[in-house]
Amino acid sequence: MATRTGSRHGELGLTDERMLEMYYYMLLTRRLDERLWLLQRSGKIPFVISAQGQEGAQVGAAFALEKGVDWVVPYYRDLGTVLVMGMTPREVFLHAFAREGDPSSGGRQMAHHWSHRRWNIVSGSSPVATQVPHAVGIALGARMQGKNIVVLTALGEGSSNQGDFHEALNFAGVHKLPVIVHVQNNEYAISVPLRKQLACQNVADRAAGYGMPGVVVDGTDVLEVYRVFREAVARARRGEGPTLIESKNVRLTAHSSDDDDKTYRPREELEAARRRDPLATTRQYLYEAGLLDEAREKELEDRVRREIDEAAAWAEAQPHPSVESMFRHVYKEA
Amino acid sequence: MPVMQFIEAVRETLRDEMRRDERVFVMGEDVGRRGGVFRATQGLIDEFGEERVIDTPLTESAIVGVGIGAALTGMRPVCEIQFADFIWPAMNQIISEAARMRYRSNGDWFVPMVIRAPFGGGVHGGLYHSQSVEAHFAHSPGLKIVVPSTPYDVRGLLRSAIRDDDPVLFFEHKGLYRAARGEVPEGDYTIPIGKADVKRDGTDITVFSYGKTLHFCLEAAEQVAHEGISAMVVDLRSLRPLDEETILRAAARTGKVLIVHEDNAFMGIGAEVAALIAERVLFELDAPVMRLCGPEIPAMPYSAPLEKAYMLSPEKVAAKMRELAAF
Repeated sequence: MATRTGSRHGELGLTDERMLEMYYYMLLTRRLDERLWLLQRSGKIPFVISAQGQEGAQVGAAFALEKGVDWVVPYYRDLGTVLVMGMTPREVFLHAFAREGDPSSGGRQMAHHWSHRRWNIVSGSSPVATQVPHAVGIALGARMQGKNIVVLTALGEGSSNQGDFHEALNFAGVHKLPVIVHVQNNEYAISVPLRKQLACQNVADRAAGYGMPGVVVDGTDVLEVYRVFREAVARARRGEGPTLIESKNVRLTAHSSDDDDKTYRPREELEAARRRDPLATTRQYLYEAGLLDEAREKELEDRVRREIDEAAAWAEAQPHPSVESMFRHVYKEA
Repeated sequence: MPVMQFIEAVRETLRDEMRRDERVFVMGEDVGRRGGVFRATQGLIDEFGEERVIDTPLTESAIVGVGIGAALTGMRPVCEIQFADFIWPAMNQIISEAARMRYRSNGDWFVPMVIRAPFGGGVHGGLYHSQSVEAHFAHSPGLKIVVPSTPYDVRGLLRSAIRDDDPVLFFEHKGLYRAARGEVPEGDYTIPIGKADVKRDGTDITVFSYGKTLHFCLEAAEQVAHEGISAMVVDLRSLRPLDEETILRAAARTGKVLIVHEDNAFMGIGAEVAALIAERVLFELDAPVMRLCGPEIPAMPYSAPLEKAYMLSPEKVAAKMRELAAF
């Protein structure tokens, strides 16, 4: 398909095919996420933490990177990011079911602790913002080896209050490293609303203190996200250093499967958030651009459902890790 | 063989390893032009430039965290924490991240880094320039912990630490930097991490120690030798992994065991050594296992008489040796 002038994605140099691929990844992320909740509620997996509402921010950002070349140091909500970077639905379910073949941790970590060495997706822990210095160090190490790569790391706005966030941004700013720090602001840190988390208006405002651009973007607008990340990637590749990007998102679920957001979040607010659902607005865009109609949408939904059905059934049937495996990989093995 | 100071052994090993392997680099506060506050990295910036001798912002967590990231790309960072007392802001990075990276990724990701930190007291450093922190880290699987006591051991063990594919904490007693001198062979020798060293053989009592107090034990052994007490002195050198085989053999040889360290006793390295001996060679013992350690107060006071009272000495060790030998 050709690039179309006159459309927003065309202006960004995205072919119709690539635009539809973006939507496919957003849809895949949402439907996978929904399936994980179902599996959790039916007692088949212990835990789920959602990307719902942040698909535009994640898919738009990851589309600006070069898969298999650039590095990603994700956080627990980054399902969309890791799918775009190369992780498959089968692998997501292996991780969720904690099966032996789980490429993220061999069944050791709680679900949503993404890692995949082959795709340069780096293992994370549960303490938040610890991954930001890692991203900076990866950029430093790569530069020392003469590799022109970009490192994307992500976190929530609550985590941007941690010391590691500030230490890492300062380090990246001083050394002008090719890092993009993506704060996916969904307005809640578990139950604590934004006004109790930040004394400034935007997380991105903090960038000035670290000598880098700070960009605020509407995370529900996948094309605008893609545009600002593409700029940041180009900047990083030119050797001009890091960028802090804050995407403003909605959180459409509770913090996790262990949380009940009815205790702290007005239902009207959640309804308002649903009206900004990035999946719905992108779908609307595709209809208006003539890339999607009811028949094609059904075809796409069916395809995604088949993929998820197949992947979930396959992963559930895989073996658990052996008890002996528990003692492996504490140190390098001979 | 050339004679070297402890601090020279650190510096020359860093230089050798940086020459040998371009993936090796050093990073920390003041490590560049100043050469480190103890001058451990003096002159390295002239040879390797500021890209490989990186003066970092004053941020311990980032020094370790950025080091972890660089190590993930295959580099070999040697991160310096200026004083072990300042390592606590990096605790989360060391315990939650470096120690667990290999395990939590099922062997996919690993962190070949060294964290060097001067520790220990007796240098008028007060509460926050005198601490022994090793026991806090020794509790964590995934880390290796090395405490050399001689220039020879520094050379062999630091080479091994830098070439190791797992994170190694390398604690240097600052009281040894200029006080400990010794012969160091030329050439590229290594000492395996996890091997204790019998620094003096003996038949009446066995003393385990590491770092600066190891030297106190050797001096005390000389003193009591004149009184007819033959003391075996074992340098643990590696606190994790511990050399269980050497420890058990040395304990069984004399049947009387004393463990000496500057760190306080409670839940310390000595407790682990004592438990190991109790579990495995209890019936070889002729006396209860004894410990001689720092006092149970939060840290070392600044006042000279208080510091002196805190610190162990050859005399204090010799007194304990006599007590054990007489049991």
